[in-house]
Amino acid sequence: MNAQAPAAAQFARFAVSPARRRKDRLARALITAGTVIALIPLVLVVYYLLKKGLGSWSWSFFSTDPTGNTFFKTSSIGGIKSAILGTIEIVALASVIAIPIGIGVAVWLVEYGRQSWFAQLVRFFVDVLTGVPSIVFGLFIYIVLVVGTGSSYAGYKGSLALSLLMLPVVIRSAEVILLLIPGALRESALALGAPRWKVIFRIVLPTALPGMVTGILLAIARAAGETAPLLFTAATTRNTDFNLSHFMNSLPVQIYNDVTSPTTSVVNRAWGAALTLVVMILLLNLIARLVSRRSRLA
Amino acid sequence: MSSDAMPSQTADAEPANVEPATVEPDSQTDSPREQIAPSPAPQAPTATPRAPSANAAKQGLSVTLEKLHAFYGDAEQVKGIDLEFRANEVTAIIGPSGCGKSTMVRCINRMHEEIPGAHAEGRVLLDDADVYGPDVDVVAVRRAIGMVFQKPNPFPTMSVFDNVAAGLRLSAGGRAGRGKADMHAKVETALRGAGLWDEVADRLSEPGAGLSGGQQQRLCIARSLAVEPEVILMDEPCSALDPIATLKIEELIEELKQRVTIVIVTHNMQQAARVADRTAFMLSGELVEVGPTQEIFTKPSDSRTEEYVTGKFG
Repeated sequence: MNAQAPAAAQFARFAVSPARRRKDRLARALITAGTVIALIPLVLVVYYLLKKGLGSWSWSFFSTDPTGNTFFKTSSIGGIKSAILGTIEIVALASVIAIPIGIGVAVWLVEYGRQSWFAQLVRFFVDVLTGVPSIVFGLFIYIVLVVGTGSSYAGYKGSLALSLLMLPVVIRSAEVILLLIPGALRESALALGAPRWKVIFRIVLPTALPGMVTGILLAIARAAGETAPLLFTAATTRNTDFNLSHFMNSLPVQIYNDVTSPTTSVVNRAWGAALTLVVMILLLNLIARLVSRRSRLA
Repeated sequence: MSSDAMPSQTADAEPANVEPATVEPDSQTDSPREQIAPSPAPQAPTATPRAPSANAAKQGLSVTLEKLHAFYGDAEQVKGIDLEFRANEVTAIIGPSGCGKSTMVRCINRMHEEIPGAHAEGRVLLDDADVYGPDVDVVAVRRAIGMVFQKPNPFPTMSVFDNVAAGLRLSAGGRAGRGKADMHAKVETALRGAGLWDEVADRLSEPGAGLSGGQQQRLCIARSLAVEPEVILMDEPCSALDPIATLKIEELIEELKQRVTIVIVTHNMQQAARVADRTAFMLSGELVEVGPTQEIFTKPSDSRTEEYVTGKFG
């Protein structure tokens, strides 16, 4: 009889067997080890960036253009002002091109194209585009806009290459978020007698905005760190220039040029520039998150 | 039936109808309101005498279904229904799950065709205008025939005030108020109409999603009232609510029928008995019987109706 059985026996009925306990420990250990291993390179990257990059940070590092004078130890090699401003300008223009188009394509895929053969085709090509190496986009713009027009490099050509790179990332991430918006929300707006375009602009997009910010940031961060598409579309120069139709410096290209230098101080400038790039993307992330959090509450 | 008389409406044809130009209020000649609900012409007699109303300014319109079929792809879910919803009356649709109640109701304001692959055939007359007619603007149809859904679904990004105002703003070009004071007055009227004003008057700027479930549902009713429809379709409006909130909605329905025609789908037969003037019983996509609620529940003419209302199946 259960009621008369000793307490220990009653608990034993529900006890975890030693074999299962061992398997549990092993699985936990493996998962923990995997997490730690994945973190090691991340921590090392941040550590080296800070260790080597912080040393070259100074006011003049941010406020002067690189001089190109690397032969005489007495003269200054300059800072990375033109690279910072160039990256901001090129990426800003690329975002202005890629984000509206990307969201537009995502809206079309979700709200209009749905499962039609053309929508499926668009999805397929967007997926292909995601996997295209970044240098191919640079090459494409180089062939079409530099060789094709017989003109020289320009900031806006770099922006176009980067926007091609951003486009598939923006489309796919925005599409995923738009699919998450409940159909009931669209239905209730349509049932009020709202035209479809108003449902999209006033209901669907505002609801999806905080989610879409994440994908957009990822795209911007990826574009900001790309060297290859800029090498033969926008670069290279040392001077600060706000005209996007001129040669334009950028942080990744500056880093690329500096690390190949035999001069230690110039290599150190590359570390400083790399740290600057990471901090810039971090700041962008923080700002966007604050903005989207505020808009969600409103 | 001939296809030219009863054109099938598909979702694909829909985007052409949402051209903003067709909903401009300035064009007096081809106002969508007049297309949908022309004032009853003498040569077009409607069999529906209008019920006397306390609010003479606003009246409901009758809705008549003629040989309505609804499809999901090739599957026929509603199989030829002829049914009349009388003006300023509450008509309840009862029937077991999957019998096509919701599908039928969604055909009335042409929401059915929003589902990919779905279409409807037949005629739905609002007063005497066919909402499936060739030149009809679906946007105008939905403005005239409002809808309340099963789950309360206030717009999550908007405040209580904006949720109600959204009805006006989203359908601007219809009867939207232009001025701020005008908008405020209309929102207040709609909220009072939905019996919610006293509860939310001091929290109009708070998120609509922060209200209780019953309040959210009345907010959704207020939102559809703001557009001043002639008919309101309710698709199981109380199935996600507790009994107290349900009671409030039912009291509200009683008041609302002074102004609008109400069609309510319900799983709850007691609810149909409480609120409906007339009740229709559906089974497997067909209309079995319709009549005064009292009659349907006490002495139905069809044996299947009797079995259903006495709880023998369903």
